[in-house]
Amino acid sequence: MSYQGKKNIPKITSDRLLIKGGRIVNDDQSFHADIYMEDGLIKQIGDNLIVPGGVKTIEANGKMVIPGGIDIHTHFQMPYRGTTTVDDFAQGSKAALAGGTTMIVDHVMPEPGASLIEAHDQWRQWADEKACCDYSLHVDITHWNDSVKQEVDNLIKEKGVNSFQVYMAYKDYYQMSNSELYEVFTFLAERGGIAQVHAENGEIIAEEQARMLQMGITGPEGHVLSRPEELEAEAVFRAITIASQTNCPLYVTRVMSKSAADIISQARKKGNVVFGEPITASLGTDGTHYWSKNWAKAASFVTSPPLSPDPTTPDYLNTLLSSGDLSVTGSAHCTFSVAQKAIGKDDFTQIPEGVNGVEERMALIWDKAVTTGKMDENMFVAVTSTNAAKILNLYPRKGRIAVGSDADLVIWDTDAIRTITAKTHNSAAEYNIFEGVELRGAPLVVICQGKIVLEDGNLHATSGVGRFIPCSPFPDFAYKRIKARKQLAVLRAVPRGMYDGPVSEFSMSRGGTPSASARTSPTKQPVRNLHQSGFSLAGNPAPCGPPTPDDIPIRPAGRRIVVPPGGRSNITSLS
Amino acid sequence: MSDCRRQWNREDELPVYLAGPITTGSNQRKTYGMFSSVEGAFESKTIDFENYAVGRKGSRTPRSGSRERLLDTGDPISKLPSEARESSLNGSPGERDEARSRAEVRFSSGTENLNGKSERLLIKGGRVVNDDQSFYADVYIEDGLIKQVGENLVVPGGVKVIEANGRMVIPGGIDVNTCLMKSYLGTQPVDDFFQGTKAALAGGTTMIIDHVAPQPGDSLLEAFERWQEAADKKACCDYSLHVDIPQWNENVKDELELLVQDKGINSFQVYMAYKDVYQMTDSELYEAFSFLKQLGAVVLVHAENGDLIAQEQRKILGMGITGPEGHPLSRPEELEAEAVFRAITLGNRVNCPVYITKVMSKSAADTITQARRKGSVVFGEPITASLATDGSHYWSKNWAKAAAYVTSPPLSPDQTTPDHLHTLLACGDLQVVGSSHCAYSTSQKAIGKDDFTLIPEGINGVEERMGFVWDKAVTMGKMDENQFVAVTSTNAAKIFNLYPRKGRIAVGSDADIVIWDPDSVKTITAKLQQSAAEYNIFEGLECRGGPVLVLSQGQVVYEEGKLHAQQGTGRFIPRKPFPDYAYQRVKFRNQVKRKQGVTRGIYDGPVYDVAPTPKYITPSPSAKTSPTSHQPPPIRNLHQSNFSLSGAQIDDNIPRRSGHRIVAPPGGRSNITSLG
Repeated sequence: MSYQGKKNIPKITSDRLLIKGGRIVNDDQSFHADIYMEDGLIKQIGDNLIVPGGVKTIEANGKMVIPGGIDIHTHFQMPYRGTTTVDDFAQGSKAALAGGTTMIVDHVMPEPGASLIEAHDQWRQWADEKACCDYSLHVDITHWNDSVKQEVDNLIKEKGVNSFQVYMAYKDYYQMSNSELYEVFTFLAERGGIAQVHAENGEIIAEEQARMLQMGITGPEGHVLSRPEELEAEAVFRAITIASQTNCPLYVTRVMSKSAADIISQARKKGNVVFGEPITASLGTDGTHYWSKNWAKAASFVTSPPLSPDPTTPDYLNTLLSSGDLSVTGSAHCTFSVAQKAIGKDDFTQIPEGVNGVEERMALIWDKAVTTGKMDENMFVAVTSTNAAKILNLYPRKGRIAVGSDADLVIWDTDAIRTITAKTHNSAAEYNIFEGVELRGAPLVVICQGKIVLEDGNLHATSGVGRFIPCSPFPDFAYKRIKARKQLAVLRAVPRGMYDGPVSEFSMSRGGTPSASARTSPTKQPVRNLHQSGFSLAGNPAPCGPPTPDDIPIRPAGRRIVVPPGGRSNITSLS
Repeated sequence: MSDCRRQWNREDELPVYLAGPITTGSNQRKTYGMFSSVEGAFESKTIDFENYAVGRKGSRTPRSGSRERLLDTGDPISKLPSEARESSLNGSPGERDEARSRAEVRFSSGTENLNGKSERLLIKGGRVVNDDQSFYADVYIEDGLIKQVGENLVVPGGVKVIEANGRMVIPGGIDVNTCLMKSYLGTQPVDDFFQGTKAALAGGTTMIIDHVAPQPGDSLLEAFERWQEAADKKACCDYSLHVDIPQWNENVKDELELLVQDKGINSFQVYMAYKDVYQMTDSELYEAFSFLKQLGAVVLVHAENGDLIAQEQRKILGMGITGPEGHPLSRPEELEAEAVFRAITLGNRVNCPVYITKVMSKSAADTITQARRKGSVVFGEPITASLATDGSHYWSKNWAKAAAYVTSPPLSPDQTTPDHLHTLLACGDLQVVGSSHCAYSTSQKAIGKDDFTLIPEGINGVEERMGFVWDKAVTMGKMDENQFVAVTSTNAAKIFNLYPRKGRIAVGSDADIVIWDPDSVKTITAKLQQSAAEYNIFEGLECRGGPVLVLSQGQVVYEEGKLHAQQGTGRFIPRKPFPDYAYQRVKFRNQVKRKQGVTRGIYDGPVYDVAPTPKYITPSPSAKTSPTSHQPPPIRNLHQSNFSLSGAQIDDNIPRRSGHRIVAPPGGRSNITSLG
């Protein structure tokens, strides 16, 4: 590392940086080039750049320069029953930077019944005070009604939020019914939001939890026993069905099991617009630890959906991530101290849910996927950064090394070997679920907003410099296909003559119609009137008489000559 | 099979079980060959006809309090009548010769016996096709039961002989899904038990299982008795009943128990669709599955996501689509597949067999296939309509025609669906074929002329069922004749615990037999059908293969296109719970799936103080509502007694703790508070 020109310009004023001799790795290609940054933006890329004097130069020595990671799923400073997670925005984002992640997207968790906007503002305030890196926010929709609808609309239009999470689990609390999900998805599809789901079948979980407790299983193993991966797969399947019905892009947070991942990859094969997000924990460890004799250790793995006890799961998820069936990685970093976890020491359902992973995320994927040959470095960039930026509509500002992009860069050391331990990690938690795991690959230099925050193993993060990055609706990555399908999927009624045969008598009073749900529908059939104008003509034994003027646009006379699929056109004749 | 045939050709080596009633006494009949499934049940080769006759007579009598139903189908032995029968047979060797000579004359005495008292029939020269094998054999029938199967049978005189001329002799079909009394907004389907069973017999189906469809709030028991009464009066063939559970509550549980234990019902249908009417929530389904599993019943599921359907219906009506095409548009096949997936998940969790009624789409069938591959105990039932036609007709310009196809789940507009379903049926991924026959007249369908959600749902298919499976699967080379028997009859009998009384041609089974002509070709048309409906959704389709002759309870009911069905002859066939076909695996899994907690020392570290009335509720509040979470679970007390000791880390004289600490537990150290 050396300074070009005058050597004693203080670091603070040096907003200019030059990375020399690095190999730039984007999600589409890798190439050797120098990068010149000024004022937090990438200004020039290329060889033999002409740069002003007084620029700090970093010699990359042929190492990879990648876009800083985006952790699309964190829960920093999350309130929980009067306490908060031990990693606040300062601590959490410091850990993120230490791991090569230069942007986090946190979940706003309003209590059911509370205002989404107020919660959002609260989170903004917390994050603005403390965050050391850029951040953005998802808002969780914990209940659904018209005022929430208004707030969601407002958040999309004015607050720069484009992704909203709904819950299929946590019965009687966050959980939404299928009808509500349908409405939320429909609304988000209209407004260009991304529907994120926490996919687990809450009703069956409730039953299973009651059963486990009844059987006398109260330890953390009850958590995984009451939430078998089938329930995750079932909910994923259902969410995909609803999203496909409403033509809304779907984002499944926390893909924890093979079967859930399989459902996503099958749906993608069928053409559904669905993104799957495995998290650090599901990519790096498995659920056998729930049976640990050490209660504190077992409890530290408690998260929902739980880690799968199947030890082949991480490998499988890494494979799907490499093949593109899973799209992005998060960490779901949500750390509680052992004392907090111990709230549930006599009842596993009371254990606060959350695992760490924001710091380990990039290295773990490198170690498990790239060094094993599953994934190339470009794909690595895609799943750790670029895809997330695309989904959030932040691309190419984030997630790419290009002229004009934010200067969030990481010089990646592919060979560094680190052993994860709670003693050296940057999180405030006393445990680390990856304790003792050796990871190959680590960030050497991290540049955030054009400033060096990690260098020579020293972290220089500054609390409060993180900016809120607004996300705009209708991200192309998700919505281009949706838009095209919307145009195709216009349903049309079959123009028919009026049915003029006998109608048998029936009684509506008895609550027994199998399709009673329709009776509650507020809509009356507006188009029926149009048809009724043709009523007098339908009696003709010959195919209905000349079309009324109203009919002409939808039912040209020419069409009647063609034998309709499956039968004659006379309205009452029985074929 | 060939060596079996060789054996039979030599009369002196005739297997004992074939020589049965005439040549040997009951005490000799110890060893059994291939028909061992009836071992013990028919020791003297002579069935207690009276016992069945009681059931038959009884079923005609009006419902009277606690009339005893014959639950035990496997042991209808009663000494007195059988001995009488045996002596009369053994005492007249001359009659045997007479019988033979008459057999050669063919039909010489048969016609007079047809309506007479004697119910003896001999089917000669047919190829008996069961689900496992086919072989040439004659079948001798007496009093509604198969008495002998084999070649060169020794039969008494006065027997009507039917020459099968090498044609297939198959067990009569069992249609597992009919709705002959399912009222809709006060109107009844036009095919009642008489019309419906007539149509069934004409198509080669000799037993139906009808759905009892009580309205929410109705008593299941009363509904069941209403159905049984109507069926006893009208049915022309044997029948059994499924009971639909329109809603879940405590009263229902008692009734279900009664139905299973006293009434001979072992299958119940639950609905995942019809929001606000029949639909159950996942929690209710979980409870229903758990309860029905304890009873040993088969859970039938109408699998469609009712919540989404309601939303889609509203949307589509809002768009101004009111015709029958709105029906499939509002019920896309994804919703069916989703519900099937959910039902299977529930079944897996509860460890309970699940039976999906009306598999209508490729994706639903594929979901079942995948689940079976993973080991789930799940059965799929495609119906005649989904196997023979598709949903393109919903777009017909003819409203009456389009409405005739309305059923739920709807027929898939994808025209490759029938073919795909046949393939899965042939390979065993789908198991049984029903018809879901529920015929409404056009004027009844017209209730929904302005709103497709009001169109009564139901299609025909009981008569065409066997023919189409033959036509589309066997003649296409997808399926062999044995599999044909399996899917149209045997599997149904196995799943619903009727086997081997039904679904098999074997000594002791009911004489419900069809002589099948694989080459007859007929064109389906409403004009010639037995059903009372004015339309037929298969109108104009050609169907190769059909019954030449149908025997129900040992009586010829259909012959050469003529139907001799008699109203009220159908018997209710009670079914016992825990059918092996569905429950054997479940039982073993029950034993394997015992979950055990981990024995740990008590956690003795710091505990964060939670306010008693939490401002922020735990994300798993569902447990708080569980009745068990308030009372400390039993094991906890045990731990609590250790509490004072757990603080002492070095104190190793407590055997339980010290033992644990030595063993390295999977995945970590055993010290309770140390952080790995």
